[in-house]
Amino acid sequence: MQHSIMIAEALDSQRRSEKRRWFVLSALLILLLCSFIFDIATGPSLLDLGDVTDALLNKLGAPVEVARTTEVIVTNLRLPIALMAIIVGGSLGVGGAEMQTLLNNPMASPYTLGMAAAAGFGAALMLYIGSLGLSSQIAVPIGAFVCCMLSASLLFGLAMMRHITSGQLILAGIALLFLFQSLLSLVQFVSSPELSQQILFWLFGSLTKANWTNVTITAVVTFACMAVLLKDSWKLTALRLGEERAKSLGVNVTRLRLKTLILVAIMTATATSFVGIIGFIGIVAPNIARMLVGEDQRYFLPLSFVVGAFLLSSASVLSKVIVPGALFPIGIVTAIIGVPFFFWLIIGKRR
Amino acid sequence: MLKVENLDLSFDDLVLADNMSFELEASKTHVIIGPNGTGKSTLLKTLFGDIQPQKGQVSFEGAPLTKATLSTWRTQFGYMPQDIRLDVGLTVLEVVLLGQLNALSLKLGDQLLEEALQALDQIGLLHLANRDVRTLSGGQCQMILFAQALMRKPKILMLDEPVSALDLHFQQVLLDHLDQQTKQKGWVSLMILHDLNLAAQYADNLLVLKGGKVVAQGAPKDVITPAMVEDVYGVKADVQLDSLGVPFIRTQRRGAHAYVSMKESLNESKPESSYAN
Repeated sequence: MQHSIMIAEALDSQRRSEKRRWFVLSALLILLLCSFIFDIATGPSLLDLGDVTDALLNKLGAPVEVARTTEVIVTNLRLPIALMAIIVGGSLGVGGAEMQTLLNNPMASPYTLGMAAAAGFGAALMLYIGSLGLSSQIAVPIGAFVCCMLSASLLFGLAMMRHITSGQLILAGIALLFLFQSLLSLVQFVSSPELSQQILFWLFGSLTKANWTNVTITAVVTFACMAVLLKDSWKLTALRLGEERAKSLGVNVTRLRLKTLILVAIMTATATSFVGIIGFIGIVAPNIARMLVGEDQRYFLPLSFVVGAFLLSSASVLSKVIVPGALFPIGIVTAIIGVPFFFWLIIGKRR
Repeated sequence: MLKVENLDLSFDDLVLADNMSFELEASKTHVIIGPNGTGKSTLLKTLFGDIQPQKGQVSFEGAPLTKATLSTWRTQFGYMPQDIRLDVGLTVLEVVLLGQLNALSLKLGDQLLEEALQALDQIGLLHLANRDVRTLSGGQCQMILFAQALMRKPKILMLDEPVSALDLHFQQVLLDHLDQQTKQKGWVSLMILHDLNLAAQYADNLLVLKGGKVVAQGAPKDVITPAMVEDVYGVKADVQLDSLGVPFIRTQRRGAHAYVSMKESLNESKPESSYAN
């Protein structure tokens, strides 16, 4: 009798902690919504927050009156950019979370494993060879996507081999990072100064390339990949106990690793090909999510998305308000916020 | 019955199984002993289908282990590998739950949670259920992982050094629970132990591994002899039978000097323990 009471108490406590995690998730969603509205309101002409909310409600079908100019600015100019910030930030957060899960290492992300560098090289190469006669707006993302998948497939090849440890995969990823960075420097070295400038601008990462078409593509890819990942959430949680233990629980580790790598590569390649290289969110967002809700992937995965989205969305706001009137490339802003945070994380971990 | 036939297993010139054959009956606790690096853990991995032998066959209740049957083969196992580190942001309850991986969905029902909590209760660790596993000691982690293996509802339970980090109390809790459940549920239980006295106490069937061969097998009182201990471990030991007929062994310290100095220090020192008599 005594025991059944204790079991009921422990069950209750588990349910409470689940509720707490839902609360954290909702709180961050509200923060994200705030930064989303701020993101739309800031820019060359500052909009009233109330007007922005009205315009958004109007877009959602609510019977609210909105001024014509406000509606045009919101719908045609700022909404795609603000949505892109959320989707790309979320996609980078999820990509990082799954890389860290897969490789059992909190420092892993698509960025540190060379996928972003490969995308950068692909884009630079496309600009260098003159876009194959296509418009550079189409050719450059294609180049980035192809190269990113190429470098990821080198990792797949390794991951498929039996008895490759996650440590060896990380080493291979870092080697790829250096390889593609060197190739990228090579392209810049042989390019004309104007072309080099163009490449550099792409590399900075910028949301201004967002339009309704590429926002839709990125959103569909990201949410589809996330849905598949969520279906495997318990297996991914088990993987964090270590490869051998996951195997002992019946997980086909090689297959899960390959499947997850492919999904992450597709997500990263898509996001990076449209907005360029944005570092640190892939590392930082999952680490924040982990601190907040632990590593039960049912919460960890969605929260990594929301935190990543919030970080990029607020970085987007910052990039517009640091120097009024000037737009800083967002890739620079994220790294500047990211580095101090990263240090804090490392020192915090030591305690 | 888990059956191993004509198993050959080697890495380069390291021979871990040389035409090895044995049978493990259900409802019995089988214990493997043997020197370090002789391939005990590798043998468990082979039985689990994680390592492919060069030759030979493993079968359970007549069904052989093949590449095609691997995933169903593994569902019959509760397997607790040697490594007991748990460096992950999960609670004890969540780690135990993962034992039932295939039954877990995005929304967890009360029944599974209660099952996991009962598994913890049976080994006396219910009070840890909501703790973060990173705050646990090594021994506590080991007990949690044992509960996880039980959650798998196995037909075959394989434990690789399950008591390596446990204190006397939890050694007894784990081994008693294992023994009782093995008999009650008809499991084939197979574990690796290094402590020959524990092996003697809990084994229904003892297998001694050395140089890729099962050099001795049977009831502990027939297997644990001074000659076996000296041959397998290169250690001189006295073996006596206790009142229940279970052998217990005590090794002799190597070298006369060590023996004398120990005796002297025993004579000189006054007992400081409050339990001394």
